[in-house]
Amino acid sequence: MDLEDFKILIEGGAGNSITMTKQKVKNMAMAYIFLLPNLVGFLIFTLIPIVCSMGLSFMEWDSANPMVFVGFENFKRLWTDDTFKISLWNTVYYSVFTVPLTMAAALGLAIILNQKMKGINIFRTIFFFPHVASLVAIAVVWNLLFHPTLGPVNNILRFLGIANPPGWTSSVDWAMPVIIIVSIWKSMGYYMILYLSGLQAIPRELYEAAKVDGANSFQRFKSITLPMLTPTTFFVSIMLTIACFKVFDLVSVMTNGGPGRATNVLVFNIYNTAFINYEFGYASAISMILFIIVLAITIVQFRAEKKWVSYM
Amino acid sequence: MNSQTSSFKKIILYGLLIILSLIILLPFFWMMSSSLKTSQDVFSVPMHWLPEQVNWKNFSDIWTKIPLLLFFKNSFKLAIIITLLQVLTSSFAAYPFAKMKFPGRDFIFLCYVATIAVPWQVYMIPQFILIRKMHLADTHLSLILMQAFTAFGVFLIRQAYLGIPTELSEAARIDGLSEFGIYQKIMLPLSKPAIATLVIFSFVNVWNDYMGPMIYLNSNELKTIQLGLRMFITQYSADYNLIMAAALISLIPVGSLFLSMQRFFIEGVATSGLKG
Repeated sequence: MDLEDFKILIEGGAGNSITMTKQKVKNMAMAYIFLLPNLVGFLIFTLIPIVCSMGLSFMEWDSANPMVFVGFENFKRLWTDDTFKISLWNTVYYSVFTVPLTMAAALGLAIILNQKMKGINIFRTIFFFPHVASLVAIAVVWNLLFHPTLGPVNNILRFLGIANPPGWTSSVDWAMPVIIIVSIWKSMGYYMILYLSGLQAIPRELYEAAKVDGANSFQRFKSITLPMLTPTTFFVSIMLTIACFKVFDLVSVMTNGGPGRATNVLVFNIYNTAFINYEFGYASAISMILFIIVLAITIVQFRAEKKWVSYM
Repeated sequence: MNSQTSSFKKIILYGLLIILSLIILLPFFWMMSSSLKTSQDVFSVPMHWLPEQVNWKNFSDIWTKIPLLLFFKNSFKLAIIITLLQVLTSSFAAYPFAKMKFPGRDFIFLCYVATIAVPWQVYMIPQFILIRKMHLADTHLSLILMQAFTAFGVFLIRQAYLGIPTELSEAARIDGLSEFGIYQKIMLPLSKPAIATLVIFSFVNVWNDYMGPMIYLNSNELKTIQLGLRMFITQYSADYNLIMAAALISLIPVGSLFLSMQRFFIEGVATSGLKG
């Protein structure tokens, strides 16, 4: 290598690195141009509110008077607030029944649908449909079906010899079970799809090998299907539990939190506190509790997943 | 397994599927049947599965009893604008996340992903306060702004872009295609299924949204179909036949979208669900 070559190499290299940084700046500008329309909206309407929500829970504010910092007052008040305790309890009650029952129904439907048969897609469509149907329309027809005095459900129960069927949505004890039934009916088709794709991922050879070994269909279900589905099951259980803690629409349309406070759930309570009573600070404290619960569910279930899930 | 037992098994399975379908569809059947009854016949004892006399008049009455058409227009307007903005801005933002290297990329993307885990109900109050400070409460713009820039959309489209081989965009770049060109000519056409999924999810979500409009919209002339239906229920609680007719009509747009594009619905749930 002579000097001339060496010179070219250095100059070329240096020139290259200048164009490289120019290129980098240009590249970055380009990237942000692509990003900006979404990023600005996302920052203003999602990220900033999320950051503010925590701060707001330490404030007292009714939107008319100036905001006052109250420290942990809002959280202390939660301890003595009956409505909050009832709403938390109702949410737990709703979730404890809705989560396992929906999962069982979804898995059952998925197993029935996981067959190579003509027209199976029609049934898949039917089972999924309640999930897309809008909630207000659904809620009102279920209210009609469960009408305490004149509804078809009670008509049928009376016909079957039950003289005093429950008052359903007008009864403190039966309002929540109605909400749970409608909720399962509405969302099982959605989770069925998740289970179905979980089932389809299980290698056929496993079943064939088990058959050769003489395992009956129950044994195959217990020793192949269920263990192979654990990742799906964990995923579904997280999604479902979180969805349960966010329940609002169904309660709002079907029972409006009643009768009394029988179906007053966490989000319904947040809505009332913030947008009916204008206690924005206190409502934010309740929503912080909701956030902590959702976060805890996610963490606990992911921890448990590491321990229990078999990935083959 | 011989063919006889398998065809026997098939008959049992079909029978089971049909019974389950009938149970699941029963509320829709009841909605339809009640929507054609007279208001007395809805709660007749003994009950009638089918209307005694088909009362088509319900379907013309509902349009005059409440401004149903206006609610429809409002919902369509919101659903279309929000969906368009979602698809446009998400497909844009997903491109640098998936195919470009720039400082701050991973941090910004982490912010996006982290917010997916935060339920909207947790930050809806500060969001409401912010939008009211902008004097946008009780406008359609409030709902558009809060729903058009979701992290979910960016995440979904980014997943699709990641599936497109990088060599493809690299080669196009060497051939002199601009970044916009790559986005427009390679990324968009190759991620059509994901975009279809986003269109459907967004449209259905906005159409069915209840809590957002309930918080933001007060004026009757701005109300969406879900709020309008709710108003109808409280105002005409005696006329269940009319309520059922309105409910049935409110299901038509999303129902027909679902039936015509159900493949994307179901695949969308399966992929975005499991990978998300």
